[in-house]
Amino acid sequence: MIKQEQELKNFVPRRMSTDTLNIKEFLDRDEKKDMLRFLTAGSVDDGKSTLIGRLMFDSKKLYEDHLSALIRDSKRVGHAGEEIDYALLLDGLKAEREQGITIDVAYRYFSTNKRKFIIADTPGHEQYTRNMVTGASTANLAIILTDATKGVVTQTKRHTFIVSLLGIKHIVLAVNKMDLVDYDEGIFDKISNDYKRFITQLNVPDVECIPISALKGDNVVDISDKMKWYHGKSMMEYLETVHVSSDHNFDDLRFPVQYVLRPDRDFRGFSGRIASGVIKTGDEVMVLPSMKKSLVKSITTCEGKREYAFPPQSVTITLKDEIDISRGEMIIHPDNVPKIDRHFESMLVWMDETMMDLSKTFYIKHNTNTSRARIDIVQYKIDVNTLKRQKKDKFVLNDIGRVVITTNKPLFFDPYRRNRNTGSFILIDPVTHNTCAVGMILDKRASDKLPSRITDIDREKIRRGKSLISTEQRIRRNRHKGSTIWITGLHGSGKNDLAYTLEKQLFDIGASVVLLDGSTVRSGLSRELDYSPADRAEHLRRVAHIARILNDQGIITVCSFISPNDNMRNQIREIIGGERFILIYMDEDIDYCRANKPDLYEQADNGLISNIPGVDIEYEAPAKADFIINHKNIESSILKIVHAVYPE
Amino acid sequence: MSKSQIKEKNNFILNHLRELEAESIHIIREVASEFENPVMLYSIGKDSSVMVRLAEKAFYPGKVPFPLMHIDSKWKFKEMIAFRDSYAKKNNWDLIVHFNEEGYKQGIGPFTHGSKVHTDVMKTEALLGGLNKYKFDAAFGGARRDEEKSRAKERIFSFRDRFHQWDPKNQRPELWDIYNTRVHKGESIRVFPISNWTELDVWQYIRLEKIPIVPLYFARERPVVDIDGSLILVDDDRMPPELAARAVMKKVRFRTLGCYPLTGAVESDADTIEKIVEEMMTITKSERTTRVIDFDQDASMEQKKREGYF
Repeated sequence: MIKQEQELKNFVPRRMSTDTLNIKEFLDRDEKKDMLRFLTAGSVDDGKSTLIGRLMFDSKKLYEDHLSALIRDSKRVGHAGEEIDYALLLDGLKAEREQGITIDVAYRYFSTNKRKFIIADTPGHEQYTRNMVTGASTANLAIILTDATKGVVTQTKRHTFIVSLLGIKHIVLAVNKMDLVDYDEGIFDKISNDYKRFITQLNVPDVECIPISALKGDNVVDISDKMKWYHGKSMMEYLETVHVSSDHNFDDLRFPVQYVLRPDRDFRGFSGRIASGVIKTGDEVMVLPSMKKSLVKSITTCEGKREYAFPPQSVTITLKDEIDISRGEMIIHPDNVPKIDRHFESMLVWMDETMMDLSKTFYIKHNTNTSRARIDIVQYKIDVNTLKRQKKDKFVLNDIGRVVITTNKPLFFDPYRRNRNTGSFILIDPVTHNTCAVGMILDKRASDKLPSRITDIDREKIRRGKSLISTEQRIRRNRHKGSTIWITGLHGSGKNDLAYTLEKQLFDIGASVVLLDGSTVRSGLSRELDYSPADRAEHLRRVAHIARILNDQGIITVCSFISPNDNMRNQIREIIGGERFILIYMDEDIDYCRANKPDLYEQADNGLISNIPGVDIEYEAPAKADFIINHKNIESSILKIVHAVYPE
Repeated sequence: MSKSQIKEKNNFILNHLRELEAESIHIIREVASEFENPVMLYSIGKDSSVMVRLAEKAFYPGKVPFPLMHIDSKWKFKEMIAFRDSYAKKNNWDLIVHFNEEGYKQGIGPFTHGSKVHTDVMKTEALLGGLNKYKFDAAFGGARRDEEKSRAKERIFSFRDRFHQWDPKNQRPELWDIYNTRVHKGESIRVFPISNWTELDVWQYIRLEKIPIVPLYFARERPVVDIDGSLILVDDDRMPPELAARAVMKKVRFRTLGCYPLTGAVESDADTIEKIVEEMMTITKSERTTRVIDFDQDASMEQKKREGYF
């Protein structure tokens, strides 16, 4: 211990030395440094805290009283035996210190002559995936520690996967404890080859492997003379020189309006942080969702006007024209538009102690925009240890996987891999207000290819009215039970003609019948909904519930809706009840349909209208229908259908 | 990518101070947008001065849409109070000064009641009283993560229950720059916009932006008394006469500011910001050691924070 104290006293600060400069020059130079935020992942056993301690120690961040406290604490609860226990310097909270583990993300700061650094120090244990995801979200680079005596282990792979999932572009594998393997080149080569082989599947552009001994200081700050075979940079040198500024997206202008500044009648400024792209005075811009265009009049900051602004600057923009813009809207270049949708796919990390509940309507916060959201479906969970996909219906804490989400309002987004700022969101529990999940938006499949969920997870919540009339009484009066004839098919396939014929025939024989078709429902009940997949799902959900209520009251419904896929039709069947649901498929080919509705299809071909099944979105024929009908067999089928709902 | 594009991209690099500034302004605007009744807690210290300056910048050319609140323990340095009033007036701030009236009436003070009782009553209780009185749902504080170990883990948006308590085991995950601002009635969020700044960053920024700070930060001949190794300024006649009698003139400055009987001065010649930074780079004590109240226990700050202290 005496030796240590001596060592600390003799310690000469090197990296932040002011000797050669006067203080003014030093400050002028320091002011111009850029900043690198990096993550460290690994467990206590890998020597992570020791590495961080070294980096900070040698850059003279540790003041003397921190050090003397460290020596005192090492005597009391140190785990490092003879050496200084750097871990004690880093671990903050009381409980953790006693357990000897770090359990949350801790942020640490140090500086060298070349750069400022912010470290997000995260623990490596499996149950703390949540914290690693958190630390990785703001980092540009990750140091992943592995033990040279163990090589690339499951934990190494898990950490690497999470870091790549969060879009970190630079990874350093620190092969630590080289002193325990006699600084053997072969061992290092094997580990780095194993690692590089593993990482090829994860799409990380910049991967570096460095052999170190954090404990002895080899290759941490200075190149070690014990590993002459290593010709790369030391850890510190690498951190000081790695090029990260181009990690920002400078191509797609995305300016989410955060705050509207109206100090007086003459000034209307839109404040916010540039999420991506570059905005210049005089640029033509467009506002989402209104699509209104204007020119950038000024980019205002406290220091005066700027010609241009870029991420991650916080600025205030004024426009030439008076356009009403509020928080949550987005300013973009008109020729570069993000996705505008309510329905998308995402990788999701579950962060809450409470299990995912698909019946909840969450708050979703996506840059400055807040809406409500539901999780339609969990597609799969990823086993972070094997990277294999697993079937799972809902997530628990630390689960990661792929889901489909629908929001109430459209979001303006880009895929996360292209844009970290417009591709990320958080989900907030509607009751506890905890941040229960975080997501990274994918663009692998178009939104019409994604399943929507319109059924209620919690069926008990659907109440039947306490009517004084029993089902039997209704059947006696009507001479039939309530049921639904659901007709699916393309535009122009003759759904409506069939529907009206069926309605008339049922009416004539005395049945109680109600007809529902797309244009009737859309003109009133669904008037705010468009033809996007998310709105189409909501529209059909409403129709299904009307049919259900009418059927409960003994009425036959004839429903004529395109309902373009089995996922949707099956859910409609589930809402209404399978025993009283009859599916009719109008099986006409697209040419027949086009001939029936030439105008509509021509408009779709010319791009004047969109979301037309069979043209720009897919129509999926039912795998199983009760009746398959076309214009040739329609006459003979009608009687059979009537008979199915009106047996007498 | 063409050469001119590469060259252009090289212009799009922010130095660390401007990056920190952009982050802080984003945080401040987010609070102004999402909360109904925010307040900025103003301690009159250098960190507060930077935070206040960032708020002014965030809403330029408009006025900052929330007030400043100073929790006055009634034992602050006189120069701090004078600075506070002139700064607020000059910069057109809406300033609330709140103190614990009950404690003040009882004459609670560090010399008579000791540092713990004084801090509990005149600082922690006073703060909670002020927050409750005005029903603030968000309160900015000028704390930095590099100040102290337990702060290194605190979120930028730090949730407090209806009793203003912080639960370090149950913090909300905080990712990217998306902040969860949802609270139920009675709950609140403490927001630390300069969390990622270091002490050096703060001084650099004060220098760069020419931010006015309380003159006590600069070395000057001042009457001080050595009390148990701390150099305490004789700021008024409430210092017990037997202590005040021992006062000697020394060239001292203060690295942090608080209640004068609890804040030790350091001997120094640093009378400019450059010299202060030079001193900071070469001297070997971190800043909080001059605060007497920190010496209790290992995790004392964590304890205080759990109880609602900043």
